[in-house]
Amino acid sequence: MTDTGYDEWMAAIGDGEGYYLACPDGHGSLPPRHTCPHCGTAELTETALPETGEIVTFTEVNVPAPTFADEAPYVTAVVSFGPVKLTGVVRDVPNDDVELGATVTADVDVNATTDEKLLVFRPADA
Amino acid sequence: MKDVRIAGVGLTKFGSYPERTGRDLFAEAALAAREDAGVSRDDYEEIYYGNFMGELAESQGHQGPVMAEAAGLSCPATRYEQACASAGVAFRQAVRTIRSGAADVVLAGGMERMNNLGTAKVTQSLAIAADELFEVRAGVTFPGAYALMARAYFDEFGGDTEDLAHIAVKNHANAMSNEYAQFHREIAVEDVMESAVVADPLRLYDACPITDGASAIVLVSDDYAEKHGLDAPVSVAGTGQGGDKAALQDREYLARTPAATKAAEEAYADAGISPDDIDVAEVHDCFTIAEVLALESLGLYDHGEGIGAAARGETTRDGDLPVNLSGGLKAKGHPVGATGTAQLVEMTKLLRGDHTNSDAVSDAEIGITHNAGGTVSSAVVHVLEVMN
Ligand SMILES: [Zn+2]
Repeated sequence: MTDTGYDEWMAAIGDGEGYYLACPDGHGSLPPRHTCPHCGTAELTETALPETGEIVTFTEVNVPAPTFADEAPYVTAVVSFGPVKLTGVVRDVPNDDVELGATVTADVDVNATTDEKLLVFRPADA
Repeated sequence: MKDVRIAGVGLTKFGSYPERTGRDLFAEAALAAREDAGVSRDDYEEIYYGNFMGELAESQGHQGPVMAEAAGLSCPATRYEQACASAGVAFRQAVRTIRSGAADVVLAGGMERMNNLGTAKVTQSLAIAADELFEVRAGVTFPGAYALMARAYFDEFGGDTEDLAHIAVKNHANAMSNEYAQFHREIAVEDVMESAVVADPLRLYDACPITDGASAIVLVSDDYAEKHGLDAPVSVAGTGQGGDKAALQDREYLARTPAATKAAEEAYADAGISPDDIDVAEVHDCFTIAEVLALESLGLYDHGEGIGAAARGETTRDGDLPVNLSGGLKAKGHPVGATGTAQLVEMTKLLRGDHTNSDAVSDAEIGITHNAGGTVSSAVVHVLEVMN
């Protein structure tokens, strides 16, 4: 399946050239969008995603959906990059060692079950 | 504006009935509500029906006409889909339709068939209430989403999984005598703490079960009730709805549910009440942490204070503000698209005095229901009042 806007954004994250959409008021969001979800303006500018973000919450999922059967148990985290937050699976850290406040980078890997692209986070100091 | 009264309510028993069709379940609830109401068949003008995953569970879209037939009615029927808030939204539209004068009699309800899918497909199906691109593809399940909120709550406000366990214990105790509930089993805090971790920090006993069931309510205008001499002692005094960003990552708060606050403020203003006036509440406890977020967003507790309410005995049957006397989604069960009106059925009976737990709130005059969709990206609140 092709998802125009989202696919290009994921490819950019995978190339280390991640971006988000910034509005004049400083709100951040992710494509595909026509308007800022926070204030409604249509003035959205592609802006470089900060290189690192901080884990603001996470969960280790033991009971997966079938599309994540071969990933479980896996850790999904929400990571703040300042104006925008991303959700993805934590890689390169044992599940038990994932912590709130940890600094990570965003990358793209492959979902072991579906072979689809998967947004992942890796430790920033790795 | 016309006042709205509840003339009749009906439920199926909630449980695991993988062999029962959706139309069979809804027919049972609708006929029970119609019998309770005693309204002439020809007087029904609309059916508003909630269902979330009928396409996935039964390959059945366009369920309105199917369910009108099941209910034995020939009026127009419209389906509402708002994830776990589907039936709450359907009920709200019924209230607004009657208030506007466009109809005097509306049947509102909902149905969900889930167990025929099995746990893995149910997990996949429930996840579609989340944001597909940015959450589902990142491995967010329904329990996983609430686990993300639970960890954020503990980090911001404190509290722990033992506090949550008390909520499960309370709701299981409340369901013991409810013949419609899925579980009739007392549990202890240790049972919750020792159950399997589904999505850390939430365990199996923090989660509602997978439930098949249906619910239905007959709503009538005040004028219609008077003219036909109906016994309809409970009125719908307030209705409110709120929304939030679909994905948790796009929200300002991870441990608050402002959509419910907006819905509550609108419903309270509509009814002319304040949180202090509320005698009893049915809230959307799809997970134990969800009851905490509900109590705080509804203005019943300050942020950070709701987590200990069950452990302190304040929301138990004998507490100052009994919450989920039905057993809640946790123990009564959560047939997703039926839950909103099921809560309203339970609250109506609690206030009328014919609920198995009515004696716990025998003087209650005002009850509220809180029905949430997804991770509370949708919320519907209703205020019910006993007519004097
Ligand atoms: Zn903006």
